[in-house]
Amino acid sequence: MRVGVLYSRIRKDEKLLLDELRERGHEVAKIDVRTERFGLESTTVAVDDLDVVVDRCLATSRSLYATQFIDSYGVPVVNSPETGDVCADKAKNSLALAEADVPTPATEVAFTEEAALEAIESFGYPCVLKPVTGSWGRLMAKIDSRNAAEAILEHKETLGHYEHKVFYVQEFVDKPGRDVRVLAVDGEPIAAMTRSSDHWLTNAAKGGQTASFDLDERATELVERASDAVGGGMLGVDLMEVGVEPEADTAEAGVEANDDGAPDDYTVHEVNHTVEFKSLDAATDVDVPARVVDWLETKAAAAVDGAVTP
Amino acid sequence: MTSDTDTLVAEDPITGEQIDLPADVEVGEIVDSPVTGTELEVISLDPVVLEEAPELEEDWGE
Repeated sequence: MRVGVLYSRIRKDEKLLLDELRERGHEVAKIDVRTERFGLESTTVAVDDLDVVVDRCLATSRSLYATQFIDSYGVPVVNSPETGDVCADKAKNSLALAEADVPTPATEVAFTEEAALEAIESFGYPCVLKPVTGSWGRLMAKIDSRNAAEAILEHKETLGHYEHKVFYVQEFVDKPGRDVRVLAVDGEPIAAMTRSSDHWLTNAAKGGQTASFDLDERATELVERASDAVGGGMLGVDLMEVGVEPEADTAEAGVEANDDGAPDDYTVHEVNHTVEFKSLDAATDVDVPARVVDWLETKAAAAVDGAVTP
Repeated sequence: MTSDTDTLVAEDPITGEQIDLPADVEVGEIVDSPVTGTELEVISLDPVVLEEAPELEEDWGE
């Protein structure tokens, strides 16, 4: 197949993907979105030659626009711009999960400092304030007191981009020192890992320790439903275990939940649409790029079938 | 410039020193300067040209 890869930065993740595609003999067209132009009717990208385009843009803004333009030319693109639109915005993400009855942390959005403070007080302390866009745990605030809330809100109101005046306030979930990242393709899990840290932010990008994780039936079901809720695709679904006492868990990375420390349930806090997988590839026995390319091959084949079948 | 079959050699744009890169490095790839730790972007392969990689921006991520 002929695969276009939208990118502006070849990281380890993209390198793994490119290597796998080439090893299988697929033609790869790297598309540096910084050097291309996207018109209403045509583009500088040679899209007519491509069976499928994979969005690996690091910048969310570029990802959203580039996929929308590629889609407008009738070229299959993963993930779809619709999925990207939902996943790129935490408020839309939360709404989609809630509308699909996927358990997700209680969340409120407010547009002024005063209303945001009311939301924070209604949740009680601690609670969490997040930017609606952004990743890797950046600019996330765990708010422990009214004084802290007032200071953070004033800073965001005064210093922030307009998006920082969309105050996304969320209940604090007392997770057992770790959360769970699942890479899934159209709802089917490829690999899962825990991210553990003494810090409340457990993102791998924040230095959280990773370890392979076996999904139970409930987690598997929630991953599929969360994927459906945002439109499917290749996604990073993040879950937190509910009802696990920190002592009973596994604060040690790598220990799976068991009968003693099994969660009562999970809550899905986020679905990511330009998912990184190098950590999953390293933490698990799964050949993640191989599974990703397996899936891309099915997407490309389906697109070709769809094109020739009336 | 190729030093042997396994590595390429390029000039570190920050320090001016010659640094080794894996032979399979490609355009757009990010490599760390072995001297300063600075992230460098591979701009071209023939010849191998490196530039300081763009700084993190607010909308970067997953």
